[in-house]
This record gives sequence, C-alpha cells and structure tokens, in this order.
Amino acid sequence: MSVYDRGGPQGGPPDDEDNEDFGEMLRQTRDRARRLQRFIILGAIVAVVLWVGSGIYIVDPAEQGVVLQFGRHVNTSEPGVNYHLPWPIQNVVIVDIQNVRRAEIGFRSIEGQETRRILEEALMLTADENIVEVGLLVQYRVKDASAFVFNVNNPEAVLHTTTEVALRSAVGKMPIDGVITERRAEVQENTRSYLQELMDEYNAGIQITDVRLQVADAPDQVRDAFHEVVRAREDRERKVNEAQAYREDVVPRARGEAKRILEQAQAYREERVRSARGESERFLSILEEYRRAPEVTRERMYIEAVEIAMARVEKVLIAQSDGSVLPFLPLRSLQGSTGTSSGVSQ
Amino acid sequence: MGRTVTAIIALGVLGLFVLSQVTFVVTETNQAIILQLGEYRYTARDPGLYFKLPFIQDAVYFDRRLLSSDAAPQEYLTLDKKRVQVDHVTRWRIVDPLTFFVSVQNESGARARLDDVVFSELRRTLATYNFDVMIAGERENIMEAVTIASRERAMDFGIEVVDVRFKRADLPEEVEESVFERMKAERAREANRYRAEGEEQGAEIMASADRERIVIVAEAEEEAAQIRGEGDAEAIAIYADALNQDPEFFAFRRRLEAYVKVLQEGDMIVVSPESEFFKYLIDPSPQLDVGNVPPVLSPAIDEADE
Repeated sequence: MSVYDRGGPQGGPPDDEDNEDFGEMLRQTRDRARRLQRFIILGAIVAVVLWVGSGIYIVDPAEQGVVLQFGRHVNTSEPGVNYHLPWPIQNVVIVDIQNVRRAEIGFRSIEGQETRRILEEALMLTADENIVEVGLLVQYRVKDASAFVFNVNNPEAVLHTTTEVALRSAVGKMPIDGVITERRAEVQENTRSYLQELMDEYNAGIQITDVRLQVADAPDQVRDAFHEVVRAREDRERKVNEAQAYREDVVPRARGEAKRILEQAQAYREERVRSARGESERFLSILEEYRRAPEVTRERMYIEAVEIAMARVEKVLIAQSDGSVLPFLPLRSLQGSTGTSSGVSQ
Repeated sequence: MGRTVTAIIALGVLGLFVLSQVTFVVTETNQAIILQLGEYRYTARDPGLYFKLPFIQDAVYFDRRLLSSDAAPQEYLTLDKKRVQVDHVTRWRIVDPLTFFVSVQNESGARARLDDVVFSELRRTLATYNFDVMIAGERENIMEAVTIASRERAMDFGIEVVDVRFKRADLPEEVEESVFERMKAERAREANRYRAEGEEQGAEIMASADRERIVIVAEAEEEAAQIRGEGDAEAIAIYADALNQDPEFFAFRRRLEAYVKVLQEGDMIVVSPESEFFKYLIDPSPQLDVGNVPPVLSPAIDEADE
C-alpha cells in the first residue's frame, strides 16, 4: 500500500510539458481510481477472511454449543475450539450445562447484602387453612442444551413460576405443624418431584438437582403464639421431670423406711425370744434348787422379798384383827404422804 | 483486471441483497406464515431456509416455544361462598399460526383472549368446589378440569393450552387478619393443653409415687407386725413351757417380785401384826402353814401383780 502512496500526486515525477495539464489530470484521476479499486479489493478480501474466520468459537468445559444452520439444529459441539460456517448460514448458541443455577422463592439474596423477604411469594395457605411463611431454594442445571434453548420461552421465568406452583401445591396438602417441623423433608421432596414432572412436561431441558426449604415458619403476626406453644411443651416436660424427680426421691426413702421397720420388728422378736429363754432358764434353775428343799426355800424367798418391800414403806400396825384404819387417818396428812391406797395401787 | 474484481464484488453485494429478498429463515424457536399481498399462501413450520417472491410475499413470524401468560390475581367464589384469591399461570403454544393470526393477530392479543377464557373457566369450576378441598385435595383435579375446558375453547385461536396452574391460591387480604386471629387462638389452646397435660402427668407421677411410698411402708408394717407376733408367740410358748413345770411356784415367786417392785419408798401400808410376816412378832411359836401364803397386803395388790 505504501508503495502506491509514494507514487501519489505529491511525490510523482513531473511532466516536461507545462500545457499538458489535461493529460496530467487524466492520469491523476486514473491513479486515484486505481488506488480506490485496490482498496476495495483489499477490503473485500479482508472482509471475506474475517467473515469466514468469524465461525471460530470456543466452548468452555462446562458448556455445550448448539449449532444452527439456517435456523435448524444440526449439531451440538463439545468443549474446545470449534468452527461453524459463518453467519447467516450457521450460528451457535452456547449454553452452560454444568454449573448449578438457582431460583429463590419467598426471598432474594443479593450479593453482599442481607436476604430480602418477599412476603407475597412467601406466605401461603396450608391444608388446615393456616398461613405459613416459606422460603425455598431451587438448584438446577441444564440437562439438554437444545431443549433448554428451543422449547420454552424464557425458561428461567417458567422455572420460577412453576416452582411456586409446585411448592404451594405441596404446602397446601399439609397442616402447618407438618410444614414447620417434622415434615419439611416431605415438602421438599413433593415440591421437587412435582416441579421436575412439570418441567419435563414442558420439555424444558432442566434437571432439578436440589430443592431446599430455607424458611418454614409461622408468619410474623402469629410467631409469638407459636413460640408460646413450644414453651408450653417445654413446661410439660419440666413438670413431668419434676414429678419423676419427686418419685425418685420418695420411693427409695420409703424403701429405706420399710427396711428400718422390718429390722426393728426382727430385733423385737429376737429380743422377746431371747429374754423369754433367759427368763425361762433362770426360772428353771431356781425351780431345780427350790425342789431340793421347797419349804425352807419358799419361806426364805418370802421373807427376803417382804423384807425388802417392808423396809421401804411406811408401816402402820394395827393390833386387833378387826381394827379400823379410820382412827389413824390424820397421821397420813401429818406426814405429807401421798396416801396408802394410791401408793399401793400404783 | 481490477475492473472485473470490482464488478464481481458489486455483483456479490447485489446478489446478497436479492437473496435476502427471496429467502427467509425459520428457526427452531419460531414458525411463519407467508402472505402474498395480504393473502395467505402457506405455513412454514419446520426450521430451515425458505424461498419467497420478493416484495409481494411476506413472512409473519410466530413463536414456536412454550409461552406463559401470568395474569393478575383475581377473586373467585367457592361453593361454600368463601372468597378466594387465585393467581394462575397458563402455559400455551401457537399450534395453528394462520388461525392465530386471523383471530388474535399477536401474542398480546392472544394473552388477553386466553386470560378471558381461563378466568371464566376458573370461575365456573371453582364455584363447584368447597374452599378446603380447593386448597388441598382437589387442587390438581381443578387445574386439570380448567386446563381441559380452556384447551377446547382456545383451539379457536390456534392455541394449544398446555396447562393452567395455580401459582397462588390465597385468602383475600381482608380475611388474612381473621385467619391470624384464629391461628393465635388455636395456638393458645394448644399451649394450654400442653400445660394442663404437664400438670396431669406430673400429678399422676407424684400420686403414684406417694401411693408406692405408703404401700411400701404399709407392707413393711404388716410384715413387722407378723414378726413381732411371732416373737411374742414364741416367747409365750417358751415361758409357758418353763413355767408349766411348776405353776404354783411361779405364781409365788412372781408375786414376790411384784411386791418388791410395787412397794416403793414413802408408800404407806397398813398391816395386821397377825399376818404371816409378823406372826412371830406377837406369838413366838405359831402353827407354820408353809405352801399356802395368806394375804399379807390389802386386796389392791392383786390388781397390781397381774
């Protein structure tokens, strides 16, 4: 190109004849036309090369390329460097088929921010006509790139609304207690299978990999009442535990008490029997001695006993056998004694 | 030579222009009808390259994919006269582009007509179900019935209704507050029940523990009484065995012991000097009557020695 530039009007060899201006002009025009012509040819070649080269494209490892020829799906290309005939003969749509995509119901998580609740999505009716707040995370990936691209208009939006359909259907079949507590897994599974079924029916080329309940709770308006139920249930547990603690305190003590009563009774029996035996032995040995000389022994025993007894007491002797005690009554009061009859009877 | 090349290029450009006028492309995602001066000629359904007459023939494209129509939620009346707010979504496809073009022209026209159809089918179907089954058990059946009825009617627009689904089926907002009140009342009832059950179970356990305690002690006392009785019986038998060898001597000896025990310091006793004990006090040689002791003391003694 630079060669022709140097041969331009400024650097061109001068003519010997000054009045041959017309010839000069003609030549210059011809030069200009020739340069333009070359420029166009070159441009055309470059354009064709670029056009043909535009068919080179790269498919990343997680992707697939869907190649269309005049709008018809003719080929699906694998990761690597690929070539398709230039537009408008062929074009390619590259789809990420491995990375997991996500859809959120009832909330949106924004990068670097707290998740924002979307109540009109999150609040739904349960089978027992309660309202529950649910947040759901769906993870999916494209399992069929051409189906994903060709069959459904705006597949992401369809997936989102279909997830709502499936979730509300699952929650609507279950009482609120199940949704917020022990049957969460069932909600997830029902949502997942229904969602997959519908997406397959739409032939959307989408595989649901995971459906997870992020939130399943009573709405704000009634949350206190639900927490109160949990507290009440804990109160019940506490009462039962307290009662069991009481039982564990009382029953062993009672068993100890029973042991004590039995031991005391055993001791009593033992004592009674032993003392009876002792007394009997004593009686028998005395009896044996007594039998050797009954009269004397008897007399001795009597006198000894009465002696001991008589030595201690105040005695009043009345000479005549039919004597009355009455004349002596004042003596008792003078001595300050408690009285004969009472003293004897006690 | 340059001239020829330029001519080729010019021809090429011209050729491309003509080609663009006589061809059109139907892709995997759309379909077209070909109109000649506004008159229908044919339908191009399959993807690929098609030819047409330039200028007088025109291709009108329609989407071939699944389309959605998400209308605004509406209120319906159920069989039991409850109001319910339903937000549905309709999935549909253009199956007959010509009918579609003639009856509704384009997608937004189609959506408006389709929504009318589905709304009316929903209204009709929901009026035959009670609210509770509509939320839970019959949900799928209702959606199925609405789908089938709508599909029939939408055929007139060249549309195939794939399905009608309830995105949301909720109570109207004004009713929500009363639902919350009811939920609160239900929960309060449940909480009370738990507390009462706690009292019940606690009292039950404590009462049974008390009963157990009393029974354990009572059983022990029963056995203890038996044991004591055995002891007493054995003692009596032992005494009886021994004492029976000489009951008279026992009576004598035991009485003597009793006298010693009973008569205490300070007691006063009135005795006759003619009694057995004092008999030598008056008469140094009385007739001894051993073995038959006369009463020494007053009759009160008899009671005491028993």
